Parts: sequence; structure tokens; C-alpha cells
Amino acid sequence: MKQEPPAVFLDNLDRDLIALTQKGLPLVSRPYHYLAEKLGLSGEQVMLRIKALQGKGVIRRIGLIPNHYRLGYCANGMTVWDVPDEQTSLLGPRIGALSFVSHCYRRPRYLPEWPYNLFAMVHARSRAEVEELAQEISDILGEHNRGHKILYSTRILKKTGLRLAGDLSKPDEGKRENKDA
Amino acid sequence: MTDNLVFADLDATDRALINGLQGGFPVCERPFAEIGGWFGLSECEVISRISRLCHDGTASRFGPLYNTEAMGGGVTLAAMWVPEDNFDDVARLVNSYPEVAHNYERTHVLNMWFVVLTENPGRVAEVLQEIEKNTGLRVYDMPKEEEFFLELKLEALAEEVT
Repeated sequence: MKQEPPAVFLDNLDRDLIALTQKGLPLVSRPYHYLAEKLGLSGEQVMLRIKALQGKGVIRRIGLIPNHYRLGYCANGMTVWDVPDEQTSLLGPRIGALSFVSHCYRRPRYLPEWPYNLFAMVHARSRAEVEELAQEISDILGEHNRGHKILYSTRILKKTGLRLAGDLSKPDEGKRENKDA
Repeated sequence: MTDNLVFADLDATDRALINGLQGGFPVCERPFAEIGGWFGLSECEVISRISRLCHDGTASRFGPLYNTEAMGGGVTLAAMWVPEDNFDDVARLVNSYPEVAHNYERTHVLNMWFVVLTENPGRVAEVLQEIEKNTGLRVYDMPKEEEFFLELKLEALAEEVT
């Protein structure tokens, strides 16, 4: 888990394929063949490339990315924890495995003002619910929780996806977050 | 949890699709037909439901979720303390970098949190230094040092960025 994979070789066709699909797959009966036509490849070749990108970890997954606000999960709390360094490898996976934690990372501290090294993003329908869920995290960390905070997002200042050359997508700026449900 | 999908107008089939399609979309000639088999739907109905979920905003996207780091790019999470009075100006400056993918205002003394994605890993530090130089404010670089990643979850939600 600790080791980053080596940088991956991507050729121009891979880059074109990524650029064509970063906004989504075409919603047609044979989506990979549709892409193949645009790229001058066969459907088989596109499918092989996509499988290779999955194998290399360039594609994390393929599916429907839900908009959690529309689904009623309006409270987005970045919970940050001060956990002894020697405990993070043990405790991190347990936090990351919680169903309400969308991602969990160890990051550097900046002492004295920022002692928190474990970040867990919690999604819930209200701040009260985020706080209950943070308590569950706190219970797991037990005595190793030396302090924590919950940072709520109050405004999306900018939101764009992955950018590759040739992508003309407009960033989604200035949206006010629903402060609480 | 899925009993409380309060905002979007979804029927049971929509919910099953949302929960069941967060990953594992097949790579084969007629993937929507295969999905139809899982859910007892026709290929056409799968496509039309997914396209409705995307159009009405219930889904932000349907397709591959890319991992910038695996592509050899740079990525970090950065935080700043920005005084209220020039918050908007600083936000405008930070957002003017195409490398800044996401930027959120958050409830903390460190009140601005943004993600920097670059094609060349060395560019991350440059962007942060330029922002420090142009704002006179300290930028805290908080790259991920370890990821506690997990298999897919039914109600896993946000895009995996911050």
C-alpha cells in the first residue's frame, strides 16, 4: 500500500482515449466500438487498451459517479486526526474501510499549527450526522486519537476534473455548497 | 441509507443501478446489454436510465474514473489561511491556475483547500511557490503519504480527488 506504482507508459492513442472518455463513456449500444471508430482502431483494440489502463491503475474504475448532493448527502466533512505515526498503518485501513468514509489518507503535519496526519472524508446528510460518524472514528482510534477537527466545506470555489491538452471543459466555479441539510 | 435519497426522484431500479454501477462496468462489445441481464432490464432501458441520471444531475458522470498519479502526473492537496477581506481575490488568483482542479472554502483557520494536478510532477512545487509569492500567504503542501484504500462501497460517493 505504501509503495507508489512506477510511472506508467502511455502512448498517444492512450492519451486520445483518455481525452475522449474523461467526460464519460458514450451511451450507445457498443460504446467501445464507437470510440474505436473515432480513434481509427478496432473495438477489440480499444477494449484491450482499457483493460490495460485498468491493470496499470490509470483507470480506478468504470461506472456511474453519483452526485452526492443530489442524493441528499449534503454535509461533507473532512475529518482530520492526530494519530501517532507508528499507529497510522494499523489504524488507517480500519478507518478507510468504514462505509461512510470515501477516502482516507496519511498526510504531513505542520507543527505546531497543524498536528493532524490522518484525513478521512465523511459524507452524510447533515452536520449532526457527520459528528455521529466522527465519533465512530474516534471510538476506533481510541487512546491513539490525540485530537481531531471536522472541516466542513462551505463553498466550492472551483471544480474541474482531470485536464489533458485539448480538453475545453469549463470549470464549475463559485457554487455555494448546501451548508447543512 | 438508500431509503433516504431525498432530493432526486428515483425509483427502486434507479437506486439499484446507482448502487450497483459504481464500478465494475463490463469491458465487452455490448456492456449495457450485460448490465441489463444483472438488473432484469433491456439494453435500451439501461442506456436510457443512465442517460437520464446523468442529465438530471443525479450522477455527475458515467465512465472511467482516472487516477492522475498513475498516469505519471503530480498531485497534492494544499491549504492556506486567507484573510476574509481578500478571500475572493486570492480565490481568483488560485483558481486562475489550470493545475488547480478543485478548491473549497472550509470551516477552519486554514480556510482554503485546493487540489493541484499537473502532468509533470515537478510542476506542483512551482505552482505552490508562485501562489505564495503572488499572495504573500503561506501555502501548506499536504501530499498524500499513504492511502488507505478499500474496495468499492455501495454508498461510496464523492469523486476521489481531495
